[in-house]
Amino acid sequence: MADIPSDAPQHCPGTASEQAGKTSACQGCPNQNLCSSGATKAPDPAIEEIAEKMLTVKHKILVLSGKGGVGKSTFSAHLAHALASDATKEVALLDVDICGPSIPRIMGLEGEQVAGLSLCLSPRYVEDNLAVMSIGFLLSSPDDAVIWRGPKKNGMIKQFLRDVDWGELDYLIVDTPPGTSDEHLSIVQYLSSARIDGAVIITTPQEVSLQDVRKEIRFCQKVQLPIIGVVENMSGFVCPKCKNTSQIFPPTTGGAERMCEEMNLTLLGRVPLDPRIGKSCDEGKSFLTEVPDSPAAAAYHSIVQSIQAYCLSHVPREESAG
Amino acid sequence: VERWVMMLQGGNLAQVQHVVLILSGKGGVGKSTLTTELALALRHSGKKVGILDVDLCGPSIPRMLSVGKPEVHQCDLGWVPVYTDAQKSLALMSIGFLLEDPDEAVVWRGPKKTALIGQFVSDVAWGELDVLLVDTPPGTSDEHLAVLENLKKQHKVDGAILITTPQAVSTGDVRREITFCKKTGLRILGIVENMSGFVCPHCSECSNIFSKGGGEELAKLTGSVYLGSVPLDPLLTTSIEEGKDFIQTFPDSATFSAINSIAQTLLTSIQNP
Repeated sequence: MADIPSDAPQHCPGTASEQAGKTSACQGCPNQNLCSSGATKAPDPAIEEIAEKMLTVKHKILVLSGKGGVGKSTFSAHLAHALASDATKEVALLDVDICGPSIPRIMGLEGEQVAGLSLCLSPRYVEDNLAVMSIGFLLSSPDDAVIWRGPKKNGMIKQFLRDVDWGELDYLIVDTPPGTSDEHLSIVQYLSSARIDGAVIITTPQEVSLQDVRKEIRFCQKVQLPIIGVVENMSGFVCPKCKNTSQIFPPTTGGAERMCEEMNLTLLGRVPLDPRIGKSCDEGKSFLTEVPDSPAAAAYHSIVQSIQAYCLSHVPREESAG
Repeated sequence: VERWVMMLQGGNLAQVQHVVLILSGKGGVGKSTLTTELALALRHSGKKVGILDVDLCGPSIPRMLSVGKPEVHQCDLGWVPVYTDAQKSLALMSIGFLLEDPDEAVVWRGPKKTALIGQFVSDVAWGELDVLLVDTPPGTSDEHLAVLENLKKQHKVDGAILITTPQAVSTGDVRREITFCKKTGLRILGIVENMSGFVCPHCSECSNIFSKGGGEELAKLTGSVYLGSVPLDPLLTTSIEEGKDFIQTFPDSATFSAINSIAQTLLTSIQNP
């Protein structure tokens, strides 16, 4: 049964929800009895279909934060670029930020929309070995807003995982929106029978950010999603003129370092603020190629190496034996 | 008795003169920071202000106003908001107050968020307020639809301020938020560009860390009012971190001037629609 049947009322909680058939919105819906009987809460067949699809994907990495604007998309994009710089590796980047899809711009793929609303789910290629998928490609104008409630967003994410022809991949990176809501639950649920290597958590140094990030970490622990480590982004700014460092987003409570100590997580690295990063993203270019000698690029490379090492060392026994 | 009758007839927003949403399509542009600072600036100019924080996953306002984790009480009219001072000049309601453990994640799907937001909009006993600012999470989804639907039921929304940072990755999302406003009939009171340049405290060199000019371009492109820009200021970010009143601590700063000017323009705009 579709998650939101076509004859469902406006605030339908979704047929697979625990509230299915029980909310006030369900009154009068023709499916109410079916939903409240529990019949619709059978495991979604899509989960197995997706697991099947994901057999050809060696490593899956989620990029998360509780907080918005810390640089998840920037990091996801550059992680993808860095991994794909090895021409023997096949890499894909999936953008599940349905409301604010930044990846097309950051990857230089703006304007790759197919004319009219398209159901075509072929990924776009930045390089021969670097594929990208985002709802941004399905929108015909940069002003189009995706004003969808949770259940509809979940449906899109299911399609992205099940119906996009990813092919054989070494790495699938999933960029997420901020928060701990539908998108995050859906990604974890739909990939529950396919092994996710883990999550990379992005934060900035200040407590206002960390307090949201701790919630995200709790979310990961609740859904048993391994955490590869934490990246502290926007970690200090070196003035190009006088070379003094300013802590624009001050680590008043010890920054990511203390949080990692307290929560027993790996601090993968710190990336400083560099105006050229934002500029590269705006122009759809890889900062790693544009400014290869900067401290920020060095930080990125070191972090990517740690992530690769984690993925390669955490292959389950069945796979490594084969 | 008259106040009760008014409340029962008009709901909890009956004595709130103006309601303004703070929106962005983009996360991390400073919605909560600017909601807090605008509230403090309006209070500074003698207004009674309320803040409703409907960011259920990442409620930042309690920390920014240093209210910690107070107990939230109910009265006959609904929830009593938390006041930041004895004069009751600044009131706040946030889901942050309802969580047992501040690190606990609110992992709710859309319908549950929608239900709580409905309650927040109609069941907080705000009393008399000049302005209620509603801080939102990024996006164009359940929370935004819920807050708007519920405010409209009480005929109570003056419009929205949209926050962006200068770079295209941000304005790209905010364009979509503008479409959301137009589609839902929400008046756009104006656009604010935050993180607009950084002046090095050591040598005064200005660096455009998040690019430049995007906010004003966006306003021109979409025919919206440009309310002004606010620079990146470590003194502001530190105040916010520590829950201090930036307006009181740094009344002579350029950042305060910028925020105050935006607050006054906003006030004029909502008082003379």
